[in-house]
Amino acid sequence: MDGLDIEIKEKTIHSVIGPNGAGKTTFFNCITGFYKPEAGEILLENHSLVGLMPDRIVRLGIARTYQNIRLFPDLTAIENVLVGMHAHLKSSYLGIILNTPFVKKEEQEAEAEANRLLKFVNLETKANMLSKHLPYGDQRRLEIARALATRPKLLCLDEPTAGMNSGETQAMCDFIQSLRDDLGITIMLIEHQMRVVMGISEIITVLDYGKKLAEGTPDEIKRNPKVIEAYLGQGSAAQAH
Amino acid sequence: MEQIRAIWRYGIKVGIIGGIVLILTALIGMIEVFTQRQIIADVVSMGHALYLAAGLFICYLAAERTTPAKPLWIISNSMFAGLTTAFFLVLLIILGRHVNLRLMFINASDLLLNNLLTFGVQGNDGLRLLLIAGMGVGLFTGLFYLLPKFLRTVILWSLAGSAFAGVLQELIRPILANNFPDVISEWLLTSDGLTLKGALSIFIFIALIVISWSIKGGGIRQGWQGLPKKQQSTWRTIGTIILLAVILIAPWRLGLFMSEVMTIVGLYVLLGLGLNIVVGYAGLLDLGYVAFFAIGAYVTALITSPEIMNLNWSFWSAIPFAIFFGILAGVLLGVPVLKMRGDYLAIATMGFGEIIRLLVLSDALRPFLGGSQGIGQIAKPQVLGFVFKGPQEIYYLIVAGCMLVIFVSWRLKDSRIGRAWKAMREDEDVAQAMGINLVSNKLLAFGTGAGFAALSGVIFGSKIGSIYPHSFNIMVSINIVCLIIFGGIGSIPGVIVGAAALIGLPELLREFAEYRFLVYGIALVVMMLIRPEGLWPEEAHKRELHEDKTNEATG
Repeated sequence: MDGLDIEIKEKTIHSVIGPNGAGKTTFFNCITGFYKPEAGEILLENHSLVGLMPDRIVRLGIARTYQNIRLFPDLTAIENVLVGMHAHLKSSYLGIILNTPFVKKEEQEAEAEANRLLKFVNLETKANMLSKHLPYGDQRRLEIARALATRPKLLCLDEPTAGMNSGETQAMCDFIQSLRDDLGITIMLIEHQMRVVMGISEIITVLDYGKKLAEGTPDEIKRNPKVIEAYLGQGSAAQAH
Repeated sequence: MEQIRAIWRYGIKVGIIGGIVLILTALIGMIEVFTQRQIIADVVSMGHALYLAAGLFICYLAAERTTPAKPLWIISNSMFAGLTTAFFLVLLIILGRHVNLRLMFINASDLLLNNLLTFGVQGNDGLRLLLIAGMGVGLFTGLFYLLPKFLRTVILWSLAGSAFAGVLQELIRPILANNFPDVISEWLLTSDGLTLKGALSIFIFIALIVISWSIKGGGIRQGWQGLPKKQQSTWRTIGTIILLAVILIAPWRLGLFMSEVMTIVGLYVLLGLGLNIVVGYAGLLDLGYVAFFAIGAYVTALITSPEIMNLNWSFWSAIPFAIFFGILAGVLLGVPVLKMRGDYLAIATMGFGEIIRLLVLSDALRPFLGGSQGIGQIAKPQVLGFVFKGPQEIYYLIVAGCMLVIFVSWRLKDSRIGRAWKAMREDEDVAQAMGINLVSNKLLAFGTGAGFAALSGVIFGSKIGSIYPHSFNIMVSINIVCLIIFGGIGSIPGVIVGAAALIGLPELLREFAEYRFLVYGIALVVMMLIRPEGLWPEEAHKRELHEDKTNEATG
């Protein structure tokens, strides 16, 4: 990545698109602390995130999902969500062993919230299934529920509609929109499918070879010749005009 | 012609493998050593049981593999497998007559080749008998395979039960002698092995249980689920109380030898539960776990023994120190290996275990740790003048320790910390991305596991009275890992079952200690093939299976 400058406004759905190898996932990994940028700054509400460990960054309010779903396969659906809540629970080691009233109450509340989140993603009947046995679409939604359990301000979704047919894709788009509308979470989306991105984003950033190629509303992006060229190859730009 | 060749194929293939396996079993001396113990007095010895069981298993495999599964094909295949296996043994015996096999295979004695393998008949008649027996076993197995599944289950359970009773007579004898009238014991047991009528009655008894369970079992389970929650919990409490009572009176009812075995199993349960937290919950493969056991034992020795430091403190005052140093060592080991995963972690921890052993063994540290002479005169626990000296008293200490450790494991398991451990086990990167601090949670796991091991070390040291470096070799670590895998990784009852099976059984079969690790290896491989989740797996899996069934029922 090189000279990338992106600003994500609160409560927007902001998409990052680009051809394969454009650096979209690398960009995600920098934000969430898995890679450390060689130079430059990443700011969340004016706090620098550079050099922080991933677990610190989650606590500050950035959660993510993965392109190739990465749930905890041998934990049940509800356990997956409860793990997401880890950072907000305060039970201590001794407290757990003595099962103090505080721990009891906290566990009950956590379970209630986990169930609420599962209900939000329509998985309340499958709470006790191992996550590896859930169907593909359910796994996607469970991963989002787990990310929501960390109570994020910014939710980074890495190709949430990968491998879905058009009906499922539409359902996922509606779901993403409801996340923003109902929960007020800022969403950053990496996507491959143009149709998805155009439908739900307010702002789109186009990356190519780690550089920002263009940025704007879906309409602006659609008409931008540089984008068309990068996406559809040289020569196609002329046809599109 | 094509068809006939196809019939032979399965049987001969399996038979060749079976023949090689049986030849090896015979040549390493297993059959001969096992004949020393009778299962049914003067009828079947353990060696012959092993020999026959292997034959049955081979023929069963052949029968199972036969396609298409027509009755005639199955029987003929099974017989071919038996015949081929017997043929290999005949070759071995003939070879043994002309060549001195003992130059290479020390166990290939004349007794083995010309008596045991041929059921006591000598000369060429023996060879003929062996071939006929092979076919006979094949015929029997083929017919057995054709029985309805229900009958097969009943027969298998009953056979296995009788064989088990014969193998574990050392366990049964004191139970019968101490608790039941002599008539029963005389009916069932001779001084060496079961009586024939005893074996038959056990066979019938188990068959009746299996049959009635399969008729009534489903009803009982449904009835149990139909009970109101409150009644269920009352019954559970009653069950727990009975179990506790049995555990508490056990050493006095079972006698000295069994108490000794139970204390050894108990120490391994303590160790297993500790390692279960590190390996089972947090997924950190630690092969140097014995080091913490050693630290617990050595701290106790240094504090309570008049040798070396001459502090002479009591056993009880040693416990907090030992556990403290154990946890400290766990955390100190944890720091350098934080970034390691999988194989690298296993090797690094293994090195740590060896370092501790070599340190206590070294001459340089001899004035402080006793070197190869070890440390003796470790204090026995005392309460108000009552001394825990024999295994029957130490047993209670171990039970108390196990209960404490089970309680702590159980509380941690489904807590915030337990979930963090399991998340790390499943996927470290994602766990971190969910806000889990890897450093502190890993150190917590290492520390907890080490603390449990140190507690076990304290009791161990006090129990045997003097400790030596060679008690803390790497085999202890390997044993613990094996018993965890065998019982079901991450499962608390699994650890107990695993310890009983892998530590308790070999103690009962002391005279066959030579083959302990061979049997271990086979048991683990078989386990991984037929039941990879372990004997008593973690609840989540069971819970889910249950869920599936109810979903099917409603959906």
